[in-house]
This record gives sequence, C-alpha cells and structure tokens, in this order.
Amino acid sequence: MVPTTRVLAALTFTVAVPALVLGWLWVVGRLEAVLPHRFHRRLVPWLWLAPALVPVGVYLAWPLANTVWLSLRDAGSRGWAGLDNYRYLATSAEVHTALRNNLLWLVLLTGGCLGAGLLVAVLTDRVRYEAVAKAAVVLPTAIPFVAGAVIWRFMYQYRPPGLPQTGTLNAVLTATGAAPVAWLVDTRTNNGALIGVGVWMTAGFATVILSAALKAVPAELHEAARIDGAGPWQVFRHVTLPHLRPTILVTATLVAVSAFKAFDIVYVMTNGNYRTDVIANLMYRQLFVDQHDGRASAIAVLLTVLAVPILIVNARATRAGGPNR
Amino acid sequence: MTQTLPRPEAPAATRPAPVRSRRDGRTRAARRLPTHLVLLLFCGLWTVPVLGLLVSSFRPAYDISTTGWWRAGEGILTLDNYRDVLATSGFGTALGNSLLITVPAVAAMVAVGAVAAFALARMSFAGRRAVTVAMIALLALPLQMTLVPVLRLYNATGLTGTFAGIWLVHLGFGLPFTVYLLRTFFAGLPEEMFEAAALDGASTLTAFLRLTLPLSGPALASVAIFQFIWVWNDLLIALIFLGGDPGVAPLTVAVSNLVSATTGQGWQLLTAAAFVAMAVPMVIFFALQRTFVRGLLAGSGK
Repeated sequence: MVPTTRVLAALTFTVAVPALVLGWLWVVGRLEAVLPHRFHRRLVPWLWLAPALVPVGVYLAWPLANTVWLSLRDAGSRGWAGLDNYRYLATSAEVHTALRNNLLWLVLLTGGCLGAGLLVAVLTDRVRYEAVAKAAVVLPTAIPFVAGAVIWRFMYQYRPPGLPQTGTLNAVLTATGAAPVAWLVDTRTNNGALIGVGVWMTAGFATVILSAALKAVPAELHEAARIDGAGPWQVFRHVTLPHLRPTILVTATLVAVSAFKAFDIVYVMTNGNYRTDVIANLMYRQLFVDQHDGRASAIAVLLTVLAVPILIVNARATRAGGPNR
Repeated sequence: MTQTLPRPEAPAATRPAPVRSRRDGRTRAARRLPTHLVLLLFCGLWTVPVLGLLVSSFRPAYDISTTGWWRAGEGILTLDNYRDVLATSGFGTALGNSLLITVPAVAAMVAVGAVAAFALARMSFAGRRAVTVAMIALLALPLQMTLVPVLRLYNATGLTGTFAGIWLVHLGFGLPFTVYLLRTFFAGLPEEMFEAAALDGASTLTAFLRLTLPLSGPALASVAIFQFIWVWNDLLIALIFLGGDPGVAPLTVAVSNLVSATTGQGWQLLTAAAFVAMAVPMVIFFALQRTFVRGLLAGSGK
C-alpha cells in the first residue's frame, strides 16, 4: 500500500505550488504599487516569468550545456577524456548497430505513420462511421507505450511448429499453411516488428492532424475539380495533396524526431537484444549498467545533433503554413 | 454549397425510374466497397490486439499458455489475474504511485505555466521574443540531452527516488509545452477587454485571475489532459529518477519490471497488469476525446 505520508506530501504539493505562485504574484502586485512606474515594464514581466524560468533553467537550459561538458569527461567525470567518448561513438559496433536501427525506425516509422494516417484520414472522410473508425486508430496514442508493448508481445508470441500457436499473428500464419515466425528473435523480422508497434501507437497522432487539415481544404475546390471531370484519384492527387503538403511535412518531422527518441518499446520488448538496440536504449545502459556518464552524454549529444536538421525543417514548415498557423 | 450546384440527375426524378436509381445505388455501393474494406482492415488491426489482451486477461494461466485468446469460449473466465496483480504483485501500490506522481506534477505545470504564458502573451517588454523563441526551442529538445546532469544533481542532493524529485523533473520538462500552448491561447483573447479592465483600474493580477483564466477553460483543460497522459505514460523519467525501488514505482515501471521478470511463468499477470496501466488513460480518452484531440492538435503546432 502507498504510505499515508506520501499521499499527504502529494496533496500538499498539489495545493502548495499554485498557492505559492499566487502568493508570489500578490507580492509582485504590492511591489508594483510602491515601485516608480518606469520600473514596471522592465521588472514586472520578469517577476511573472520567474516561477517558470527557474525550473526551466535548472532542468533544461543548464543540463543542455552541462551534457556537452560531461561528454568530454571520463566515466565518473573526475578528469578530462578529450574526445575519447566521441571516438567510442565512431568506432563501437554497438553504436553502429543502434544507429542503423534508428535509421530504420526513422524511415519506417515516419512512412508507416504518415501512410496509415493519410489513408485513414482520407477514407474516413467519406463514410458515416468516421468518428468510430478514427477513435479506433487514435485510442493507442492515449495508452502507455509499455502497455502497447505488452499487447504486441502477445500478438507476436511464438511457439515451435507443431504446437498450437497462442500468438494471433502466428495463428493466422499457420492457418494458411506457413511456418510460424519468431517475430522478436529473428533478426530479419524483429526490427520491423518493433517499429510496427511504434506505428500502431503513433499513427493516430498523424490521423488527427491530417484529418483536421483535410477538413480545412475548401469544398469548392473539390467540387470544381469534379465538375471539370476529374476522378477521385485525380482530385486527391491535384487538389487535396497539394493542400495537405505543409501539414504532412510538419507531421513527418514530429514523427521522425520521435523515431530518434524511441525507447520504451525496445526496452520492454527486447531490451536491445537480437540486434534491435537503439540510441536511447544504449544511452540508458551506458548510464546505469556501465555507469559511464561521459559516454551516455556523448550519445545524448549525438541524438540531439541528429535531430537538429529535422527540427529546422519543422520550424520552416510550421512557418510556411503548417497546422495551427 | 452542394445544393446550389445544378444536379444532372434532376429530370430523372420526375420520371418513374426506380429500377435504374436502385442500380445506381448498387454500383455506388460497389465503388465504395474498397473504402469500407480498407477501413475495416485498419479498424481490425487497431482493435483486435487490444481485444485479444482484454480477453486473455480473464483467462487462467494454463489456458493462456496453451491456447490462443480466440478459444476463450472453450475454457473458463476468471478475475483471478486482476486480483493477483492488484493484491499480491504490488500493482495496487503502483496505481497509487502513478496517481501521486501525475496529479501534483500536472497541477504545478498548469499553475506555473499559466503565469508565464500570461506574461509572454499580454505584457510587452524587452526580451519577450527571446524568451518565447527559447521556450519553443526547448520544447523540441530531446529529453535525453538533459538526463545525465539532472541525475548527477539528484544523486548529489539525495532527490533520486523521491516523489518531490520527480514532480520537479516533470515540471521542468513539461513547462515549455504548457507555456507555448497557453501563450497562443492568451494572445488570442481580445485586446479591448484588457484595455477596458485597465481603465476600470483592474490590476495585472485581477486581469489574470478574473479575466484570463475564466475565459481559458478549454485551453487549460487541453493542456492539463495532454500533460496528465504524458506523465502517466512516462517510463524513461520514472526509470531514471526513481531508481530501482519497487515501492515508489509507477504503473509503467511496474509493468516493465514484470515483463523482464517473467519468462514463461506469470504471463497471465502481465495481461491484467497492462490493463490496469491502460485503464485511466482509456477512461480519459473515451470521456474527453475532444479535449484530448485538441491537445494532440496543439502539440503538432510546436
């Protein structure tokens, strides 16, 4: 059972933080009343920002710089390591395997989510049960990745040929006469199987965004194209798709960044075994199993450097008229 | 729009031609058939895995390990897995921990975030743009980039494994998104309203508490729900900052521990455990689907 003290502490925190923020704003208000007017514009906004800037500074801004520094230090950060940790990145086979897998995640997760999301968004737009069909695809975006991983461990379950299969996929396979596949162990299928879970969990996100963008395409354009004799495919290809382009690009970058950060699914389903390791999982192991803070930091730097080009594309596409803007 | 356009079939309606119109209906249905089939396939792929686990969670251990869930009808159904998971495997505690981690973290995020968002949206000062851009940039930062220094800080100060520690981590990591989303909403509120309030002598605090917050219910709900689900579903931060003590583990960590602990034995518990971990997000999803979807959409605008 959860100790009562913990419940009380949680209740206190829940009430105390908003109360403290209010108290702080009251103090700022008093200050505003006594301070000469010319200080208002210069000081008051920063006093309002302070409660947020402090945690953001401690948990995001300072660590950002510190990680770069740590990546140049040795395992326990007792001395300088020069570029040793980056040499490890360049020469270690496990890093290369992880990078290759992340590249696979990048391509297949992005392609899979966008493809599925676009298909579901376009097709549900034409049927009466749109809400139900979309809810089915969007639901997994709300549940923990851990739960999705458990769900799919049961789907992928493998038993040797001859025994009755308990996993849904292998049951279907053997029913058609094919041999069962050890999805998560076989190196030909396991990365695809893991990414498949990622697609299953994330496609709903793409569906929601693309579906909203689709509704924003002016109906007159569709009508006009149809009157001009365009078939459904041509309407999609020449009217809908060009309108969706900026949204597709923004969604693609968001999914692509999540492909670099993939951790939960791999950690729960294979823990990086059978050559399914990814960068985030490797970093976790360097941090806790090998206790090498320098290497863990270098991996984090690598991950961030890889994500930056995608984020630049994202920023440009958002400005060029992505969703919400 | 469609009503104003000429309908080519209109004259046909004056003539009695029921046979033809029924045939038209049938060919139209045939043309729509691929759409329905593809959607059926998608709905199946997205719901059958969940259904399979749900059915399995009511099956006894022996049945789960010998036959597939689709043959549940031949055996018995039982609540034993849920009883065992909640009572003996520590999942009752984990459920409590998840709640005690999530609720305070989200409350703090929304309270602190709303104040900062108000400053960025409704006050003009030198450096406003710089802070806004910095927040958006930090929003996109891979979390991994911050983990090692924060963990070292926590180990040095004894915050590792404490709930206060993890509330503050979530607060720091969640703030950029909260501020970003609320800032956009606050900035969209009508300027005249604030001018009128200022003329009436309302203070900044009054404009925030009496004017802005009451009008921002949907935005506050969206961000709170989005962050609630995010914190509830988090595995990585809990794994790193709560340490190995199962007594403080939230549901996500408890499920992942159970996965690594069970190789063959105890499979049946995993089914119920996953459903316990999913239950709260699923209830939120079905009850507040619109608000949740609005949060997802806002998330894409980052």
